[in-house]
Amino acid sequence: MSIGWYLAVSGIVFCTGAFGVMTRRNPLVVLLCLELMLNGANLSLIAFSRMWGNGDGQILALIVMTVAACEVCIGLGMIVAIHRRRLPIDVDELRELQG
Amino acid sequence: MSSILFFIAAIGVIAGAIGVVTFSNPFYSVLALVGHLLSLAVLFLLLRAEFVAAAQVVVYAGAVMVLYVFVVAYVGDEEQSLDGVLSRRPRARGADGRKLSGALFAGVLLVELLIALLGSGLKAVSGDGAPYAPGPRTFGTPAYIGNLLLTRFLLVFEASSLLLLIAAVGGVVLARRRRGLEDDEERDRLTPLDILRPRGTGTMVEGVEGLALAHARGAGDLGDEQPGPDGGGW
Repeated sequence: MSIGWYLAVSGIVFCTGAFGVMTRRNPLVVLLCLELMLNGANLSLIAFSRMWGNGDGQILALIVMTVAACEVCIGLGMIVAIHRRRLPIDVDELRELQG
Repeated sequence: MSSILFFIAAIGVIAGAIGVVTFSNPFYSVLALVGHLLSLAVLFLLLRAEFVAAAQVVVYAGAVMVLYVFVVAYVGDEEQSLDGVLSRRPRARGADGRKLSGALFAGVLLVELLIALLGSGLKAVSGDGAPYAPGPRTFGTPAYIGNLLLTRFLLVFEASSLLLLIAAVGGVVLARRRRGLEDDEERDRLTPLDILRPRGTGTMVEGVEGLALAHARGAGDLGDEQPGPDGGGW
């Protein structure tokens, strides 16, 4: 398969994730959609890495996975803290977090 | 053979992504994301990224998804009841417009990305990639990745380990058990007895009715049953 097919799949996954981030209201699902966007970026990184036969893209993909794990850790910690304070788990109701 | 495998895995990837976005129950969304990640690992294998594919399956589809499932199970009940409350509330005025504008934005973004990626004029995009020869230390194997991580990208490696440490500490600080509202109320109800009573002595209620009964009565009716400090209840 040519590299272009992989890039097309990565673009579709990224846009699906972006659509989910903008439309879903549950912060858990928003985090899942963020994972989708990161995975789309990862797929294109690895496709370009294969295209040039160079391993740097794979290292960058590994680092992106690390950052995604950190983001999940912090995000889920925040969701658990919100749940403990009996606040509604809804990104439209949680307006205190914005700037 | 590889093109058949590519199409199967690509359909799995896209179907998993759409499932994550469309399922209303977050638990099903997590399961769809697991399927998406496994299919994506197959695509990584087709792109000769063996180590990244293995890390994807073990770390992502294993550990991170288990964390998600735990949090969904912890938050889940209130989540569904909250969804019920919210759907009964008249809130539909902004939902359709938001979905429409989100779909519009995502479609425009997709077209733009495809133009940028596929119409870039790079000849290599339509090729199969660089020449590849299988071997123990070739492109994408753990030896290759480890060599790169510990020589050329050593600083990045150390920085990511520091980032993981900070995230772990931050997660513990965010999710630790603080004293909530209901704990404060319980503490206030018990305060006169706990402060005035000498350490190690029991109350009259416990002596008459037994410890278990006194505990079973709970903190709610302590004020009625227990004589005050003046009554010599202790």
